[in-house]
Amino acid sequence: MRNFTSKRAPYLFISPALLLLMLFSLIPIVVAFFISFTDISLVGLADWSQINFVGLSNYKEILTDPVFLKSIGNTLFYVVIGVPLVIACSLGIAVMINFGENKIFQFFRLIFYTPSITNVVAVAVVWSYLYNPSFGFLNYLLSLINVSPVPWLQDPTMAKISLIILALWRAIGTNMIIFLAALQGIPKEYYEAASLDGANRRQQLFQITIPMLKFATFFVTITTMIGWLQFFEEPFIMTNGGPLDSTTSVALFIYRNGFQFSKFGYAAAGSFILFIAIIIVTLIQFRIQRKSDEESI
Amino acid sequence: MNTSLKQTRTSKWIVGIILTVGGFFMVLPFIWMILSSLKTDAEIMQFPPTIWPQEFTLANFKELFLAFNFAVYLKNTLIIVLCSFGGLILNAMAGYGFAKYNFKGKNILFYLVLATMMIPGQVTMIPVYLILNAMGLTNTMAGIVLPGLVGAFAIFLFRQFMSTISNELLEAARLDGASEWKIFWKIIMPVSRPVIAVQGILTFIGAWNSFLWPLIMANDEKYYTLSVGLQLLKGQYASNYALQMAGSTFMIIPIIIVFMIFQKYILQGFNVSGLK
Repeated sequence: MRNFTSKRAPYLFISPALLLLMLFSLIPIVVAFFISFTDISLVGLADWSQINFVGLSNYKEILTDPVFLKSIGNTLFYVVIGVPLVIACSLGIAVMINFGENKIFQFFRLIFYTPSITNVVAVAVVWSYLYNPSFGFLNYLLSLINVSPVPWLQDPTMAKISLIILALWRAIGTNMIIFLAALQGIPKEYYEAASLDGANRRQQLFQITIPMLKFATFFVTITTMIGWLQFFEEPFIMTNGGPLDSTTSVALFIYRNGFQFSKFGYAAAGSFILFIAIIIVTLIQFRIQRKSDEESI
Repeated sequence: MNTSLKQTRTSKWIVGIILTVGGFFMVLPFIWMILSSLKTDAEIMQFPPTIWPQEFTLANFKELFLAFNFAVYLKNTLIIVLCSFGGLILNAMAGYGFAKYNFKGKNILFYLVLATMMIPGQVTMIPVYLILNAMGLTNTMAGIVLPGLVGAFAIFLFRQFMSTISNELLEAARLDGASEWKIFWKIIMPVSRPVIAVQGILTFIGAWNSFLWPLIMANDEKYYTLSVGLQLLKGQYASNYALQMAGSTFMIIPIIIVFMIFQKYILQGFNVSGLK
């Protein structure tokens, strides 16, 4: 009897979570794959016999859709500008906070971390107000130093940069903590030995600190890159993709086609293209990481 | 030696100043939000803007509850928070199952769990909506809560932590005739307090902030969460910034308070998760 229960026990423990993951993560992948070859829309939702198999036409159509192509361009802009900025800022701040080693610097850790736990909708609302061209606080600050007003969310390029600034502000915290944990893992002896050998602080930073942070940097790069590829809430709330779709990201494009235009099949095709892009980016990252590991051996 | 000490001190000052300036920009949006939420509507529209409110008013906060359904949004958000703590227990159970038992298919199932971490939300968003629609759960609380109830990362962290619990402890309890279920509640859960604390806080923050699923699933205002309500407010009252700032303050301040109280656990949590 006892044997019987303990044999069943692990399945009982894991099954609720596993069932939910199956239903809401694994099965959906299969469903998404299938519906990306159909023309399912609101009509099909009500009556499944109205769903037609359309082959690759969703994919053909989406790859010539100017809005989709624009959203790919915007997303690349976010990745290319955003990822290095996040890494540089969070690493820089982590190094500076780690350098201090006292209570005041502990306080800074708290300050820089706070934005990353706050609600994205609420902060987007706050930043929309800060960015307001006529009575926003940022343009007021600029006017104090005689800089003419910046069209934060009105100019196509500036709008993208403004969204990146907001997302950067939110992203620093978590990544800084990861870098800090890694920094504290570097043995102090390395620095002592280096300064005995006459290495100055800058040499120590570039010869010891940054190489020792390789894994943390790798981790932050991958997660940040995937995060920017899925950039959604900020453009959705602040600009709704505008002006003229200049801030529409791929994720926002998918959301809009799926839930505002109810073109489920079309949106699913878009989401699969995004998925493949994420997989490719991750694989390339792993390849680079492995190569640089081999070189260092 | 003396000069290098001096050098260290000056560079500490320089670093301190850079961090102060950076820190100022980090907190600036929060300060501006709180100050603006206490201003009157007329004062908000002034140019140049006043920094400190000329007269403090709580009218904006009152309006959130009187003219809008923020009480309903708050109730829904709290329901989601409660449900997600239920999900936390499911995650802990799964973590325990993977950590302390050997069973057929264990590795494959665990890899499947890990694989779900790689799947971007945008891919599952539409099919999950279709699945919930087929189950008749659109525009219900269940439909809002279920998709985010369990998470692979939490299961992974629970498993990592629970693997370190000694097997002798469990065997001793089994010899005493404790059931597997009792072992989980009376031994595993109390010992796992550190990881439960971290996960509990993260779960609270996640649930309090939940936005996308409520937005997709709720057609009806009676199921809106605070985030969805705030987004609605921003759309409908685009120029009433005082009200918007009050709504944002109402959402952000509880999170900051929870964070300040438990920050030690959260910041340690990154070490528990083995990202060192």
